Amino acid sequence: MSIDQNTAAKVAKLARIKVEEDALPALAQEFNTILGFIEQLGEVDVEGVEPMVSVTPMRLKRREDVVTDGDQQEKILSNAPDAREGFFAVPKVVE
Amino acid sequence: MSDLNKLGLAEARDALRKGDTTSVELTEACLSAIDAADALNAFVHKTPEIAMERAKAADERIKAGDAPSMCGLPIGIKDLFCTKGVPSQAASRILEGFKPEYESTVSQNLADAGAVMLGKLNMDEFAMGSSNETSVYGNAISPWRRGNDDTPLTPGGSSGGSAAAVAADLCLAATGTDTGGSIRQPAAFTGITGIKPTYGRCSRWGIVAFASSLDQAGPMTKSVRDAAIMLEAMCSHDPKDSTSADLPVPDFEAALTGDIKGKTIGIPREYRMDGMPDEIEALWAEGRKMMEDAGAKIVDISLPHTKYALPAYYVIAPAEASSNLARYDGVRYGHRAKLSQGDGITEMYEKTRAEGFGAEVQRRVMVGTYVLSAGFYDAYYNRARKVRALIKKDFDDVFAQGVDAILTPATPSASFGLGEMTDADPVQMYLNDVFTVTVNLAGLPGVSVPAGVDKQGLPLGLQLIGRPWEEGDLLNSAFALERAAGFVAKPAKWW
Repeated sequence: MSIDQNTAAKVAKLARIKVEEDALPALAQEFNTILGFIEQLGEVDVEGVEPMVSVTPMRLKRREDVVTDGDQQEKILSNAPDAREGFFAVPKVVE
Repeated sequence: MSDLNKLGLAEARDALRKGDTTSVELTEACLSAIDAADALNAFVHKTPEIAMERAKAADERIKAGDAPSMCGLPIGIKDLFCTKGVPSQAASRILEGFKPEYESTVSQNLADAGAVMLGKLNMDEFAMGSSNETSVYGNAISPWRRGNDDTPLTPGGSSGGSAAAVAADLCLAATGTDTGGSIRQPAAFTGITGIKPTYGRCSRWGIVAFASSLDQAGPMTKSVRDAAIMLEAMCSHDPKDSTSADLPVPDFEAALTGDIKGKTIGIPREYRMDGMPDEIEALWAEGRKMMEDAGAKIVDISLPHTKYALPAYYVIAPAEASSNLARYDGVRYGHRAKLSQGDGITEMYEKTRAEGFGAEVQRRVMVGTYVLSAGFYDAYYNRARKVRALIKKDFDDVFAQGVDAILTPATPSASFGLGEMTDADPVQMYLNDVFTVTVNLAGLPGVSVPAGVDKQGLPLGLQLIGRPWEEGDLLNSAFALERAAGFVAKPAKWW
């Protein structure tokens, strides 16, 4: 499996990371090196193996379905790059 | 008492309880050592006011006869831990200016145990790296040098600042985190002790997430006893982390008898790598002899899927990272790129993430995105998770045969020079974790113990891998190894 520039551009787009056109060949090359390394996994017989979930099988904890948190708008907005009138502000999304 | 910053946790604790010194004195000694060590670039956010306030409170508690286990002991905290009101940016530009409104469970547990926070420690960006060279703060530098050669060396990574700070006696101990070897490799490179506990022992709540199924916090200390003391203070069951184990935390220090008679130590043949330096091979053989002399039974074992651990890791860790790091979007915290006229929300995400993430983080996020993308999910991600199950089964099998702990080298080499790996492809750097990454995949506890020095005088470590949830027993084996190895080398002060 070899990654070309178009695939590299598509992956960058999916990851929402801007990659300049002229950086794509080097990026595709790096992906190929890493994926070449990962390819070894193809040698392993995984027939009938269940994917690992946790070190000791245990059931995820459940708790009462009640509100445990909230009512801290100021704290939540305190680190926002742009917060106005109690909301996060972002560029216009809907035309 | 002089040179209080050079004490370990156990010594300082005992001195405090006897009234030979105070937490204020210990803390002042560390703060001056930190101010004199900017050349190491280990502490990246200093918190002297918080430190002095907590030291005074600790002295009051000690005077009142109410001294919990870490009372008054000054430590450093890796930048990956969220600490209330103190910059916590995972050494990334994308979290520039972020000051959490909350405290991570582990750092809260340490504070509750009376520990004094001196500041935040350098690391690789989002804990992705093995040399502390991907940090937005610049490289952390090892206090160790190759004899009289003044080439700056790496303290290892990702917990490089923690390792440099403890080895240079800037603090008594430090927190680290370990996703593929990020506690054990830097500990080995700097001649200190580091333990990654069983997955689930320490709460991950409030620790910036890298790969959630692999990340664990642990202590980096000057001795095995110190590691036992600090690990116990860090561990707890935490309802805020659904993978945190609801198991009692034993008294790890009480397990340190040094008696390992009748224990079975396994030596895995697959850890003998082509091109491994003779010195590592020799150290491993010595470690084997030390455990034997201490009364342990040594058996050769096989962990047949070892070879596939790194490739599986480099599918699973980037996949989880790409998902975890999706939250850095320039909306809720940290950096947001300056936008041009007409830029919409997609441009905001793309520019913010391109500016905010460094090259290695971008690479891993994109590799993760690729292996999770439609059409490749089964071929890469699910296959890697199945291989992971086989790696864990390798360990289950040898433990079922009666093996109590497994002895391996901690790293395939001693510390290397900063910049020496720049031209290598990324996979070469990944090989640093070849002996440690299996342990994260299997969720097991692993400890790195300094055991010798190489020809150039640089520290080398041995790793012991234990059964799940048996950190006490593992630390006791490490204690026996520490006593037999008698490692006492310290870096000569040049900074």
